[in-house]
Amino acid sequence: MSTTIDVTTAERHPPAVPLSEQGPAPKRIVATFGFWLFLLSDIIIFGALFAAYAVLGGATNGGPSGIDLFDRRHVLIETGCLLASSFTCGMMIIGTEARSVAATYFWALVTFVLGLSFLWLEGSEFADMVGKGFGPSRSAFLSSFFALVGTHGLHVSVGLGWLLLMLAQVGTLGFRPMVMRRMLCFSLFWHALDIVWIGVFTIVYLGASR
Amino acid sequence: MFGKLTWAAIPFNEPIPLITVGVLIVGIVGMLTLITVKGWWPYLWREWITSTDHKRIGVMYVILALVMLLRGFADALMMRSQLALAAGHAAGYLPPDHYNQIFSAHGTIMIFFVGMAFVIGLMNFALPLQLGVRDVAFPVLNSVSFWLTAAGVLLVNVSLAVGEFSRTGWLAYPPLSELAYSPGVGVDYYLWSLQISGLGTLLSGINLTTTILKLRAPGMGYGRMPVFCWTALASNLLIVAAFPILTATFAMLLLDRYVGFHFFTNDGGGNPMMYINLIWGWGHPEVYILILPAFGVFSEVIATFSGKPLFGYRSMVMATMAICVLSFMVWLHHFFTMGAGANVNAFFGIATMIIAVPTGVKIFNWLFTMYGGSIRFTTPIYWAIGFMVTFVIGGMTGVLMAIPPADFVLHNSLFLIAHFHNVIIGGVLFGAMAGYTYWFPKAFGFKLHEGLGKAVFWCWFIGFYLAFMPLYGLGLMGATRRMQHYSDAGWQPLMIVALGGALVILLGIGLTALQLLVSIRSRQRRVDLTGDPWNGRTLEWSISSPPPVWNFGLLPQVAGPDAFWSRKREAASADSGAPLYEALEVPKGTPLGFVVAFFAVIFGFSMIWHIWWLALVGLIGGVIACIRHAWRTDLEEEVPVATIQAHEESQRMRAARL
Repeated sequence: MSTTIDVTTAERHPPAVPLSEQGPAPKRIVATFGFWLFLLSDIIIFGALFAAYAVLGGATNGGPSGIDLFDRRHVLIETGCLLASSFTCGMMIIGTEARSVAATYFWALVTFVLGLSFLWLEGSEFADMVGKGFGPSRSAFLSSFFALVGTHGLHVSVGLGWLLLMLAQVGTLGFRPMVMRRMLCFSLFWHALDIVWIGVFTIVYLGASR
Repeated sequence: MFGKLTWAAIPFNEPIPLITVGVLIVGIVGMLTLITVKGWWPYLWREWITSTDHKRIGVMYVILALVMLLRGFADALMMRSQLALAAGHAAGYLPPDHYNQIFSAHGTIMIFFVGMAFVIGLMNFALPLQLGVRDVAFPVLNSVSFWLTAAGVLLVNVSLAVGEFSRTGWLAYPPLSELAYSPGVGVDYYLWSLQISGLGTLLSGINLTTTILKLRAPGMGYGRMPVFCWTALASNLLIVAAFPILTATFAMLLLDRYVGFHFFTNDGGGNPMMYINLIWGWGHPEVYILILPAFGVFSEVIATFSGKPLFGYRSMVMATMAICVLSFMVWLHHFFTMGAGANVNAFFGIATMIIAVPTGVKIFNWLFTMYGGSIRFTTPIYWAIGFMVTFVIGGMTGVLMAIPPADFVLHNSLFLIAHFHNVIIGGVLFGAMAGYTYWFPKAFGFKLHEGLGKAVFWCWFIGFYLAFMPLYGLGLMGATRRMQHYSDAGWQPLMIVALGGALVILLGIGLTALQLLVSIRSRQRRVDLTGDPWNGRTLEWSISSPPPVWNFGLLPQVAGPDAFWSRKREAASADSGAPLYEALEVPKGTPLGFVVAFFAVIFGFSMIWHIWWLALVGLIGGVIACIRHAWRTDLEEEVPVATIQAHEESQRMRAARL
């Protein structure tokens, strides 16, 4: 049965040149592919930090462990902000693809506010811990916690700066291919940060034990 | 205001670094004066410093590697002469404190700034030409990568004059490299220069991987790529996967040193052994990042000079990719003695031995390529044959040390030193020199002097055996690495032989410089008009030497492996009339790479010396340079049809006349 279908499709569409032999890919493909590779390498940085956290997670040096410190309700709101911002970032890209400045700006603003709320919540958590004397120097566990979660937060901050620059680019340069490519890369970056955060939320916060 | 930086940082009371720095400063000032007097600055700035042409950037990488080879080799000579002297009651001439800096600098420079720079330079130069395309995927990023590497080089060398270098070996194991035991700036020089150049390497890995996977001439499917492209793909995939581990690990050590974290400290629950696992998670793939492109060079050289297609193309590709994957599964063999347990050690010992299988496949493929070929004994094939002999010995001592009980005896001995120099000199360096000789005429339009090239080979070959075979023996006799003095005078004769070997290699390096000089002076006689001086098989030989900025006037149509070779076979029959050229866009030069590297040096230097305000200036400066670049819309310029046509026509005429 399936053979017959294959034969007929092959008759209707004569064998095309395989994708690998079609010559240089268009710029949009090349740029986003390169950016994917960058994201993979970035995720490996997080991989190393996760590994360090896994090794040092129990090394509390007589200090508090995760379960004593983390407020899961607080972190849940944080997570909600970031996940929602991923959705609004997707909406922003739909606006960009439609070349609508208004839609792009509106959803970008929502994304920015959600991202900023995430950072503010994270910052307040960090400040609270440091205020109680449980900063990164307290124990190897806290060192690896602050490095892992802080690196993610640093990425989110860079992302917010990048988003502002992209809005300026859209405003001054318009939706030219160069700007569209960068918008696409930004959204890849933003979604990748979400994926990393899922790991952080699961392993660091839900996985916290005594 | 200036952090930890005071006049005491300049080593006025240590004659050796002071004289070196003096000579260096005189040399640099002399060179800059010469350039200024001759009025070469506009040319250098326009054609090289701001260039985004992959060929120019590749050449600059190789120049950087050769210059750093001088520095790294000077360190090697100092170590060898110290050890030839410091037996029994003699103390030698290097105090332990200085000796420790020398072996740390030697390893760091040779791996990161000679080996890496050389192979990345060769890949940069040759890949787009072999793939039949006009440039790498991201030309501006390529320039940034190069200049970040150069920034790292500069910082390492500044440590000679201002402050000190790390004393903790080329991998800076904690807890010795922690603030408690290395309070000086040495380790910080090491960390920041490698963070900056490592970023450049990572970006270059992303760039070249994208180039190979997304930019190939029409018809060049994966099964038709030259083997050098395959080994470069494997190497760059490893860069993308391994260098982030290095960045993360160094970042953790920096956090320990700068803001009191406890990743690897003795106190606070830190775990120094985690550093050793992490760093070798990068470090073992790193040796394959270096050796795989060299394997690719040998594959090209052996096929070309045997006049045969490479034997077992598919098995070569599979062996390459197998090595690429396996290289991530053996890191623990660098520290069997840590005590991970018998089963863990057994697993990693066996995994290590398995890597010998694909490597053996490669050796046999090269031998069978040569078998029955009409071999032309040029300089590159000398390096290739020397490599096969030497590398097999190095590989066997490696398999020997992969047996954990044997490793317990040989760990950190001179036997280990002999082993890895055996594979790195016999593999990477021989490969780099083969590639340098092989592609030199493509880059500059004239061949290097053959006789001197062979003399260079013999110096390295004989010098290597003289310098390192004694070290195998010394290692078995109990001599350890990183040793500044030994009491057993019985070791001295072999140490003196090793120094003799190093001096023979020194002669080889001198002859390399002489070869370059002689070849440039007599370039009219060695000129290559055909663009195909070696009767090559791959696409880089199908265009003029040196190639035009745009490489290929028309993208070549590839119908099988060894694309240029088959075209030469069919050339007589198929003449399809005058080709129709189109105007092309080529990337314009941009100072972005240079400017970013400038700010990176400022940032790195002020982080090392705790000059926080200046570090902020460096950081903000670099970011602003990037943002300004993001608004540039004139990144490409058009090459008119007439220019392309004129170049291609004249090349065809020149080639036809010969």
